[in-house]
Amino acid sequence: MRLMRVGVDSLLVEVSDTAEAMRVYDEALRQELDAADVVPAARTVLFAGVPDLARLEKELSTWELGELTAKPPGQGPVVEVPTVYDGPDLEAVARHWDMSAREVIDLHTSREMVVAFCGFAPGFAYCTGLDGLEPVPRLDEPRTRVPTGSVGLADIFTGVYPSPSPGGWQLIGRTDLELWDESREQPATLAPGTRLRFVEVR
Amino acid sequence: MTAWLTVLEPGPLTTVQDLGRRGFAHLGVPRSGALDLAAARYANRLVGNPPDAAVLETTLGGVELAVSGATTFAVTGAPASVAVEGRPRPFAEPVRVAAGETLTVGPALSGVRSYLAFAGGVDAPRVLGSRSTDTLSGLGPPRLTAGSRLPLGEPVGTPQGADVPVVLRYPETIRIGVVPGPRLDWFGEDALSHLTSTPYTVTPRSNRVGVRLEGPPLPRRDTAELPSEGLVLGAIQVPASGKPLVFLNDHPTTGGYPVVGVVASEHLARCAQLRPGNQIRFVHA
Repeated sequence: MRLMRVGVDSLLVEVSDTAEAMRVYDEALRQELDAADVVPAARTVLFAGVPDLARLEKELSTWELGELTAKPPGQGPVVEVPTVYDGPDLEAVARHWDMSAREVIDLHTSREMVVAFCGFAPGFAYCTGLDGLEPVPRLDEPRTRVPTGSVGLADIFTGVYPSPSPGGWQLIGRTDLELWDESREQPATLAPGTRLRFVEVR
Repeated sequence: MTAWLTVLEPGPLTTVQDLGRRGFAHLGVPRSGALDLAAARYANRLVGNPPDAAVLETTLGGVELAVSGATTFAVTGAPASVAVEGRPRPFAEPVRVAAGETLTVGPALSGVRSYLAFAGGVDAPRVLGSRSTDTLSGLGPPRLTAGSRLPLGEPVGTPQGADVPVVLRYPETIRIGVVPGPRLDWFGEDALSHLTSTPYTVTPRSNRVGVRLEGPPLPRRDTAELPSEGLVLGAIQVPASGKPLVFLNDHPTTGGYPVVGVVASEHLARCAQLRPGNQIRFVHA
């Protein structure tokens, strides 16, 4: 675990992979560490707006990553994401993984996933759970408009577009699950740490 | 009865801003909020508002509004002409305006962003605790357009007089303090001296997301991709072009380019008033 100060009131914690970053984030929430924002990402957790940096650094330096990663990632009930697998890139993903479209769907619906972090747009979740598979490249030419609810793959992540936007993820399906509602106390359906499973609907 | 504003001329970009929405960055929600926070706070104080009241933030051009009921307003930040019904009124002082009258703020004479506070604040609906327009994600009230109406809140305090020196002209060249890191090691040995000895020019592609700079590229040690990581306000990110970008309030919550340093928070307001063509020099804070 590497600790890097960012400006005068923030700290970037770097670990070796996404699984470790998820555990550091989980533990930070569990311990209610004091920061205006705690932002998990692919290999880091940012503590922004920290009232006492020295104290936070001291606390984090006592953490054992080995113990943390022994715990299962994620928390709470498993959110089911009903998905129609008719995305325009489903065949391309199947070719990339050297399997049939049917096998891609079976594989994608068989894995329990966990939201590692959000980014790109409010409520856009990067879901882990495709470990062991060949990372999926982004499109050479991003689409200018990806519709709300599109389910896409990039690298080893699955993402669902909570609002229409340009996007370069390879689209394998779509869901009508509401992913973002800013009037809710928890506006994002897929917040970091949420467990989820994609369920095929036709 | 609640008064409201009717927008007659919205200017190039006028938005509602308050202190922004913190605490949602983990969901991908930018912090948003007034870029020149000191100016916004000052405008609020002049009309007796608490610091978290929503104000209007203009961009280079002015704005023209009609008020439905008598109120008090004040204009701070980028200096501009202020008029009520065409009659000149002072900048950075509380100004009374009667029901049905029109107030006009001219284009910024220097700097970029002027702030208009109204007694009671702009009462746009709160989204995730804030009334700020987020130009990156689209959260918050839409930018002002001709004909749109904005309600004002109930005045709660007494207007305060001017007791802060007002900037009448921003310098063309300014120094910006930088706290180095966190990714200094992604750049060459002399990255910090390169950064602090190079004059950078503000480009017209600057906006509420960030100030984009032109200048000799900052050499990277290697061109490996950095996995996306959390960003802070004031982060100086260096994309593949090597030309730095200073993130302002509507910055994305994560980014995949290394951050060489972070602008000292007391210099963020200066960054908010940088015009295309202005020069900056980074200094080690």
